[in-house]
Amino acid sequence: MPEIEGVENTGGVIKKFLYLNSKAPYGTVYALEVLEMILISAAFEQDVHVAFVDDGVYQIKRGHDTKGIEMKSFLPTYRALEGYDIEKLYVEKESMEERGLRAEDFIVPVTVTNRLAMSHLIASMDVVLGG
Amino acid sequence: MLHTVNKSPFERNAFKGCLARAQKDSVILLFEDAVYAAIKGTTIESVTVRATQDFKVCVLGPDLKARGYDEGHVVEGVTVVDYGDFVDMVVAYGPVVAWL
Repeated sequence: MPEIEGVENTGGVIKKFLYLNSKAPYGTVYALEVLEMILISAAFEQDVHVAFVDDGVYQIKRGHDTKGIEMKSFLPTYRALEGYDIEKLYVEKESMEERGLRAEDFIVPVTVTNRLAMSHLIASMDVVLGG
Repeated sequence: MLHTVNKSPFERNAFKGCLARAQKDSVILLFEDAVYAAIKGTTIESVTVRATQDFKVCVLGPDLKARGYDEGHVVEGVTVVDYGDFVDMVVAYGPVVAWL
C-alpha cells in the first residue's frame, strides 16, 4: 500500500468493503463515482473487493475508445488498481454470459463467480457500496 | 443484511437485481420510486408476491402516500413502515446494500 504524505496510519479497524458495480459505463455517472470511491478506499488500507453484476460487467470490457464522446476511458484506471493492492475483482457469470462476454474479454484478471456465490460474497461484507 | 431499493421496477433493474442476489430471509425495504413495486394490480405484482415468501419485504409509508397510495393498495405480506422504523431497521439488520 503506498504511503500518502501527511496521512498517518493510525492502525484502525480493517473492514471488508465491497464495491458493487451494476451500471454500464459512460451513460450515467454511477460507474465513475464508484471508481472514485475505490481509489479513495485504497488510501485507507481496507480489505477492498470489487464486483461487477448486470450491466456493470461492461465497465471492464476491453477496447473502450472514448475519444469520440470526449470522456476519459475507465480502463487505464482499472488496470492501475493492482498497484494499489486492489486485486479482488469478481464478475458475475450469469451477467457476463447474458451479454456474450467471456473472462478473456476483460481488461483485468477477474474471478468469475456465479450468482449464488455472489450473494454469499455480498452477505459476507462489512460495508457494501453500490452504483 | 438490509437491502434497500429506491428505483421504479418499471424503469430499472434494481428490484430484480436485489431479489436475485439477496440471501433468503434478508430484509428488503422499498422506498422512493421503488414503492411502485409494492402496489397491487401491476405486472410486477407476482414478482413482489413471490419475494414475500423468501424475504421480509417492507415499504416506506410516506413515499407511498406522496404517490397517492396507502396500505390498502399494498401487496399482502408487504409491511408498511415509517422513517423511524427505517432507522431501527438499519440498526437491527445492517449493513445496508443500496440497490440503485
